[in-house]
Amino acid sequence: MSTLFEVSNLSKEFGGLQVSRDISLALAEGERLALIGPNGAGKTTFVNLVTGRIRPSAGQVRLGGEDITALGAVQRVRRGLVRTFQVTRLFPDMTPEEHVVMTILQRHGRATRIFARFHGDSAARDEAAEILATLGLTEVSSRKVATIAYGQQRLLEIAIALAQRPKVLLLDEPAAGVPSADTPRIEEALAQLPPSLAVLMIEHDMDLVFRFAKRVVVLAAGELIFQGLPAEVARDAKVREAYLGSYAHAGS
Amino acid sequence: MTGATLPHDTAPRLRTLGQDLLGLALIALAGLAGYALFPDNLAFLTRVVSVALLVLSLDLIVGYCGIASLGQGALYGTGAYAAGIACLHGVTEPFLLILIGAAAGAVMGLLMGAVMLRAHGLPQLVLSIAIVQLLHEAANKASSITGGSDGLSGMVPAPLFGVFEFDLWGRSAYFFGLALLILVFAALRFIVRSPFGMVCRGLKEDPLRISALGIRAFPVLLKMFAISGAVAGMGGALAAIATQVVGLDSVSFEISANALVMLVLGGIGHLYGALIGTVIFMALEHVVAAINPFHWMTLVGAVLIAIVLFAPRGLSGTLDEAARLLTRSRWRAGR
Amino acid sequence: MQTALSIAMDALAYGMALFIICIGLSLTMGLMRVVNLAHGAFAMIGGYIASWAARDLGLGYGFAILLAMLGTVLIAIPLERLLYRRIYDRSELSQVLMTIGITFCVIGITNYFFGPTLKTIPLPAELARSVDLGFRGIAGHRLFVIASGLVVAGGLWFLIERTGFGIHLRAAVENAPMARALGVRTEIIYAASFALAIGLAAFGGVVGAEFLPIEPYYALRYMVTFLVVVSVGGAGSIPGALAACLLLGAIDVTGRYLVPDFGNFFFYLAVILVVCIFPRGLMGRAQ
Repeated sequence: MSTLFEVSNLSKEFGGLQVSRDISLALAEGERLALIGPNGAGKTTFVNLVTGRIRPSAGQVRLGGEDITALGAVQRVRRGLVRTFQVTRLFPDMTPEEHVVMTILQRHGRATRIFARFHGDSAARDEAAEILATLGLTEVSSRKVATIAYGQQRLLEIAIALAQRPKVLLLDEPAAGVPSADTPRIEEALAQLPPSLAVLMIEHDMDLVFRFAKRVVVLAAGELIFQGLPAEVARDAKVREAYLGSYAHAGS
Repeated sequence: MTGATLPHDTAPRLRTLGQDLLGLALIALAGLAGYALFPDNLAFLTRVVSVALLVLSLDLIVGYCGIASLGQGALYGTGAYAAGIACLHGVTEPFLLILIGAAAGAVMGLLMGAVMLRAHGLPQLVLSIAIVQLLHEAANKASSITGGSDGLSGMVPAPLFGVFEFDLWGRSAYFFGLALLILVFAALRFIVRSPFGMVCRGLKEDPLRISALGIRAFPVLLKMFAISGAVAGMGGALAAIATQVVGLDSVSFEISANALVMLVLGGIGHLYGALIGTVIFMALEHVVAAINPFHWMTLVGAVLIAIVLFAPRGLSGTLDEAARLLTRSRWRAGR
Repeated sequence: MQTALSIAMDALAYGMALFIICIGLSLTMGLMRVVNLAHGAFAMIGGYIASWAARDLGLGYGFAILLAMLGTVLIAIPLERLLYRRIYDRSELSQVLMTIGITFCVIGITNYFFGPTLKTIPLPAELARSVDLGFRGIAGHRLFVIASGLVVAGGLWFLIERTGFGIHLRAAVENAPMARALGVRTEIIYAASFALAIGLAAFGGVVGAEFLPIEPYYALRYMVTFLVVVSVGGAGSIPGALAACLLLGAIDVTGRYLVPDFGNFFFYLAVILVVCIFPRGLMGRAQ
């Protein structure tokens, strides 16, 4: 497998405060990688650096061999680096179908056409229906998003991301805020992601991480302190210290 | 309901088409009723139509893109002056004058958008004001072209279709304006339901989500500014043709602020509100301001405060809500 | 040279008058996040009260100013309780509409009671005469305005940076729930700062009447000027407001002297340029 996405020596300073230090990681086609870390580890900053919302002080981001460090957020999305949001960012007055259709139209470069009917593109609507069906959202596809359950909104976030046909998908806590009864459906959706897609999941829920990811990296205080198999994470001394602080010493 | 028996796809389409045709018919009917009831006030009614175009254009920016503007008069006035100047230089065909107004408004819309989109929030609002004031001063100063503070006058547009004169009675101007309004309204209903219109709604709601879809906000909003400019420009050109004068008041902060008040009064974000707000505001102004201009100001002020406190979605939004409550209770009663 | 100097003195005095009026608006906007377009209406009320006190009651200039500030604040307090309090956390558009509404009402009501004429505020003899600065004379009133502006700037800076009230105010602005949890009574802090802003508006309205005459449409005519100045300076910043007032005052006065028939053209051109280059204002806070 070849490296599809690569972050090397990424650093970010805010007025002398180092919030990300020398982060390097690589993602191969079809890989499932999870990034975990305690609160304040710099996960949000890392996501913003990768998606292009903020510029790094140093380091590089590469996608499919191309250096995309200088590109803005929109350009990165267009090259196939797609994200979901930790807190759903959907349009409450639109339907799930409209969200996905808009996404598909954008993929075809037709999202901002004036001389067309939004609901008149049957190819886009068929494709949207298909995507919504795989995520079990068919029943609610023409209800306003404001009226559907939060778990379904999270699934819609994934549907939108899939409709973008990404090469690399950044899942920002895909199960955050979902009632535990609904998490199996999210997990199911994650299991059905296209096999060739490279996925980087940022997550708190360790059970989900263990089931989903083949490899885990741990971020603490803006630095990567661990890369390895999920089974090894809990045994790593540095990780224990980062998470448990002084308890780690007291306990061991 | 019949909708349930139709195939999934066509029912909503037919419903929106039906709604649109009904809406257009209502506008035409209201226009004809205005003609029948106030045949001696056609000049005023034409002005209402012209301002309605201005308020519609403002709804595109405020209601569909979420950008507050107190400078829409810049686009309206540009259209008015462009049509007026063209008419004085021998272009007298009314349809052509409307097109000239639209084109000039669209160009000014592009310029205005390019400047305003550099800022957000309050500075953006201030930019909109600064632009209309700048144009006001420029129009005042360039008196050799614009007539300065005296304004432009003496335009003689050619008869409509070579037959109907733009005379003192104002009948041609009124029906010309009404037809223009209906056409523009139909076009705008189409545009706000295009993919472009949906993206604009999305941008108003959450620009970050739109950019995460890979859509760049700036060109989309700029396009909307151009469309808005074209609509406002047509309104200005209509005023120039109908009144055969163009004054500095057409490119002023006052007309811009009034347009915003009318829009909010009617309700932002669904085009109908723009029309309702314009008609109510201008009718009241016509009556009350004639009695005492200061009473008029107090009234408008009180109405604005009341809207913000009690009916933030404007009259049409409140009506919508009332209608929904009514139909719901009827539905319940029917069960 | 003489012309240049007299333009400079005029510009400085005009800028300071603008500053006294606008700094209250800058504070309400920057600290309390309210776009108060009715700010000029309060300056106008101050002007009307001062004119009434000085001409009809025959009070001295100083007393007229005091009465104007007091009266305006008394009028503003119920407005704050009844209207402003409800828009503190509403959208910018709502705030704009509500405060335009208040402005219209103020214009309509004052003119109903006082009549649609220009109101003058007679200056005392000491301020009306020219003061010799050695190299040239300057109207005493101009000096008074400049000195007042400096005192207001210094006083506000001291109040906000160096007093307990300032600490509470900044805490309430930074994080209102936290401040409340710490025992800061934010409602009182807000009301007090609002009253302070209004009092300054009234003060500025009176002392600035030589530059911005008190007339029926005052609140509407200068609404834009005040808003523009604050937004150019960056809402909430005292040095920013001072810089913006002096800069825009200078451009306005110079423009009127040198190219009078261009009116406010250069003023608004400058505004557009400044806002485009500094979209958050000259010294605005990062958001």
